[in-house]
Amino acid sequence: MIKIDNLTKIFETPNGPVTAADHINMEVPEGEICVLLGPSGCGKTTTLKMINRIIPPSSGRVFINGEDTTGLNTVELRRNIGYVIQQIGLFPNMTIEENIAVVPKLLGWDSNRYKARAKELLELVALDPSVFLKRYPRELSGGQQQRVGVARALAADPPVMLMDEPFGAIDPINREVIQDEFLKMQQELRKTIMFVSHDIDEAVKMANRIAIFRGGRLVQYDTPDDLLAHPKDDFVESFVGDDRALKRLRLVQVSQVMEPVAVVKPSDSLQTALARIEEHGYSRAILMVNEKHQPIGYVSRSVAQTTKGLCGDHYFGLKATTSPSDDLRKVASLMFNHDTTWLPCTDEQGVLVGRVTQQGITHYLGATYQRDALNAQSPHLHQVNA
Amino acid sequence: MELLDFLNDNLDLILQLTAEHISLVAVAVGLATVTGVPIGIAITQNERAARIVLYVASIIITIPSIALFGLMIPLLSTIGQGIGYLPAVIAVLLYSQLPIIRNTYTAINNVNPALREAARGVGMSPLQRLRMVEVPLAIPVIMAGVRTAVVMNIGVMAIAAYIGAGGLGVLISRGISQSDPRQLIAGAIAVSILAVIADYALLWLQRRLTPKGVSA
Repeated sequence: MIKIDNLTKIFETPNGPVTAADHINMEVPEGEICVLLGPSGCGKTTTLKMINRIIPPSSGRVFINGEDTTGLNTVELRRNIGYVIQQIGLFPNMTIEENIAVVPKLLGWDSNRYKARAKELLELVALDPSVFLKRYPRELSGGQQQRVGVARALAADPPVMLMDEPFGAIDPINREVIQDEFLKMQQELRKTIMFVSHDIDEAVKMANRIAIFRGGRLVQYDTPDDLLAHPKDDFVESFVGDDRALKRLRLVQVSQVMEPVAVVKPSDSLQTALARIEEHGYSRAILMVNEKHQPIGYVSRSVAQTTKGLCGDHYFGLKATTSPSDDLRKVASLMFNHDTTWLPCTDEQGVLVGRVTQQGITHYLGATYQRDALNAQSPHLHQVNA
Repeated sequence: MELLDFLNDNLDLILQLTAEHISLVAVAVGLATVTGVPIGIAITQNERAARIVLYVASIIITIPSIALFGLMIPLLSTIGQGIGYLPAVIAVLLYSQLPIIRNTYTAINNVNPALREAARGVGMSPLQRLRMVEVPLAIPVIMAGVRTAVVMNIGVMAIAAYIGAGGLGVLISRGISQSDPRQLIAGAIAVSILAVIADYALLWLQRRLTPKGVSA
């Protein structure tokens, strides 16, 4: 857990004092990723760097796992905080192994232990130790270097990590990959992470909580979904973007909007299919499943109306399916790709578990906004209730 | 032909003077490295001190060597060392300061700030930062300064023969005073060849000392 208490930084400049961070108070719960977000010069990086005293704070305190770090020796403090920077900063005179082992060596581990650790960490960041351990940083691509950068930060297994735009210098394709890998890693490692970014999409993807900074102040500190649904003021609203509803798609899983679905079997007659379509109010078609309840196609309303016979002889192939753990961004994309308004959801065995519809998605996202609108119309009522 | 005969007849002397020359320059530049590198590192901590130190070193290097030897005679005579080995070594030591201090200062100052931040971030103390990161990265540039000092001072040391320090300058000074072009040319060629060989030898050493991941 990281707790920041009235942390302030005032830089003395020739033009007078400049407040880079103004009484910042926040708390990152254990095992969560908090993204500090804002335009350049907003104080996010200053705040981050005051935690490991790369920038010494003017006033205020930092607690890590409940312990006030003010009295701690700076060098000791830093050895217990993983630190990843945008420029990566691998030491070019050291091999990858030596780079990863830097903190363990400083902490006095014996060589067998830190060598084993370096190997283990390279595997964790998806680099083959037999290939990379003895190489030098300049022999690696930017993406590979930053994986090593992350591995180095994790070397002594610090409870807390600070990351200053760690993936900012990596090309967009590799960035997506490395972000995904990092999230996967984090699910196991459960580090408490503070992460500076200027990219709202990255923040929404990575964060458990987002802190929006402006002019040295913390403006809003919320979960990504709350931030996108309820930006606190015009600045936050413009910063998160006009497409904030679309950004939320990534945060919602299919399982949250999944609805039950009626089906037919290949042995059912088209008449039955039409009856079910009418009964459930489906506009265009009904899903057909096999005996294992796996979707295999659909029977269209027009065919059912004009033809006689069995569903199994008059169906269309399936266009796409989703799984309950997919995010809605992927679902929306599939729907646009296949010009469809709904998709069946299947579990890992391909068994039908429900469906997701465009209407269901818009309803889910809209519900939060409607709540907003209602609150805005009756602020008094809201206050009383609160 | 005469020159070749002379070389042939006096090979032992020439080799002995060369060895003397090398040992004089090696001791002087060695001491200069031992003092100049720490000074160069120290002044990275204070811009004002850096300006002053580099200024003084620049002034020293502009003093003609003959004048410097002349200046030291009365000073060192007080300890009975007015001429000979000691003033020669001191002069070369002083002349070597500028290239060594300046290159060290520049090299350490030019270490990528991101690396310095990374080094701080992983919890290295200032000394550990120097030892593990900054000095290893600065070695090529520091060594280039040492090479400059050596090549330059092989020439300066030839003049030290006039104050009785020995070395290949002996051939040159004798050649002049005895109007013997053979000695003069033999001495001059030996000094030049020594400078070229020393430069290459140090370049080899520089490459050996440069950390593997840094070399181009």
